[in-house]
Amino acid sequence: MIVRAQGVSKKFDQHLAVEDLDLEIPHGSCFGLLGPNGAGKTTTLRMIYGATAPTSGCIKVFDIDVAKQPRSVRARLGVTLQHNVMIDVLTPIDNLRVFGRYHLLREPELSKRIDYLVDFLELRSHADMPVINLSGGFQRRLAIAMSLMNDPELLILDEPTTGLDPAVRLALWSKIRDLRTAGTTVLITTHYMDEAQRLCDRVAVMAEGKIIAEGAPSDLIATHLKQEAIEIDCDPSEEKKLLALLPNTARTMRAAGRLVIYVDEATELLSSIDAVSKDDRHSRVIRPTNLEDLFLHLTGTQLEGGA
Amino acid sequence: MTFSLPHALAVWRRNAAMYGRTWMYNLLPNFFEPVLYLVAIGLGVGAYVSEMAGMSYAEFLAPGLVCVAAMNGASFEVTYNIYVRLTFDKAYDAMLTTPIGPDEVLAGEVLWAMTRASIYGGCFFLVLVLWGLAPMPSAILALPSILLSGLLFAALGIAFTLRVPSIDLFSFYFTLFLTPLFLFSDVFFPLEERLAGAWLWVAELLPLLHPVRIARCAFRGEFRAIILWDVVYLLGLSTALLWWSRSAVRERLMS
Ligand SMILES: Nc1ncnc2c1ncn2[C@@H]1O[C@H](COP(=O)(O)OP(=O)(O)OP(=O)(O)O)[C@@H](O)[C@H]1O
Ligand SMILES: [Mg+2]
Repeated sequence: MIVRAQGVSKKFDQHLAVEDLDLEIPHGSCFGLLGPNGAGKTTTLRMIYGATAPTSGCIKVFDIDVAKQPRSVRARLGVTLQHNVMIDVLTPIDNLRVFGRYHLLREPELSKRIDYLVDFLELRSHADMPVINLSGGFQRRLAIAMSLMNDPELLILDEPTTGLDPAVRLALWSKIRDLRTAGTTVLITTHYMDEAQRLCDRVAVMAEGKIIAEGAPSDLIATHLKQEAIEIDCDPSEEKKLLALLPNTARTMRAAGRLVIYVDEATELLSSIDAVSKDDRHSRVIRPTNLEDLFLHLTGTQLEGGA
Repeated sequence: MTFSLPHALAVWRRNAAMYGRTWMYNLLPNFFEPVLYLVAIGLGVGAYVSEMAGMSYAEFLAPGLVCVAAMNGASFEVTYNIYVRLTFDKAYDAMLTTPIGPDEVLAGEVLWAMTRASIYGGCFFLVLVLWGLAPMPSAILALPSILLSGLLFAALGIAFTLRVPSIDLFSFYFTLFLTPLFLFSDVFFPLEERLAGAWLWVAELLPLLHPVRIARCAFRGEFRAIILWDVVYLLGLSTALLWWSRSAVRERLMS
């Protein structure tokens, strides 16, 4: 195991941010930590790389007790923080140089590593411009490059693609996959379920400091929800009529005027819905159930009906 | 975890890399400031002072102002700049993802503040040499007092910065602490001639008094036994303050 956390809790004054957390991340895997704002994701990561000590419990990374030897652990991992931390007035190259020195890299290795990462994250075009002039996507790529300076065995990414445009997100996902192929273990937090579904072998869903579900994304969906989701615009007043059609194991979820119905077999239900109301239902969507549904199912409160 | 000097130097190099971008703008005022003081007070006011403690007023003023420059250099660094790195830049959060620990952060910042003190104090000293106000070679012996001032005011400022709740309160540190020190620490007039015996002991508490006394002895080319007390005071108080700050750094960075 690259990371093994046992019974880890973290208390800030009276507030229990992380509660009795157990976590195992095997070598070479990509592990996703999901959860709404304030769930305790960042706090969990900080304890894993030893920036803060758990109130109770024990964390081992690379089989080393982080509390006892944070330096040897941190020498072998890289962290991309939730918010970019870089020196605005310096260029990407200079920022990488400063960060490389934190790991005691010296010339000529330092320049070699910078050169490699500038190419790997496609930073070359703006490599000599002050960071303050760079776009958000560019800065985020630089932040990831900085966390790779020491060629880490474990890469920790705290919401790496929040606020980025789709093209940059796609590009970053492919970089993360490249790193995994090269043997890097990845621990990632995200609010984007599609991101977790695409990248992660396993995910844990956190809420209020506790892990409330854990497993492979597809297994989790299969355990908690049906295969398919039908989304329709539906007035709350119509809902009763519709619900009468549903098998009593089906689940629904309402978000304002939109109703999502989870079923194993969508076509049959659709024809009976059409039979009840002939008028054109606007923007009817049939799609496979995804992690987002699961996430809302587990952490949201709008869910009702079904077993 | 044992202390690692190379990692502390990496913290120092971060600040140096940033300073390196703007050193031209930062360095020039260092040369102008002493010239302004010396002209206005040393020559302007000094014209009405026939002698002070047995020398011209400009000569009296010169060594104290070297230490004041060092004090200012260190103080700006460990107040506003560290506060910004701590709260806005989050620079230390990034360091704590690497093998750097809180002790290395503290040591790196102290070394950098001493460097800034040396740049300020050194520029001042250079102006004095060119002006002919620093008698060579004995004045060279005043240089360690620049480093000691840097160390002490780094330690004092860090102890304050780590506990201050808002950046607005730094003006108190400067106007209610550093400015009185600047005015009453033997820089502008000899305290020994102005204060009654009992008060002289109280004056010994003033931090700036000690490097100023060392610098003045060096400029005069004389040795006084009390300098040993000054060195003990400077090293002792700095060590005590920094030791006290160790836990505060942990608290601020690792809560
Ligand atoms: N240093 C701290 N002192 C006090 N409370 C804290 C501290 N850090 C985090 N918390 C609290 O702990 C809880 C968990 O915070 P954390 O940052 O781990 O959440 P998160 O899951 O990363 O949220 P987000 O998705 O918004 O980043 C929050 O209620 C937060 O206010
Ligand atoms: Mg977070």
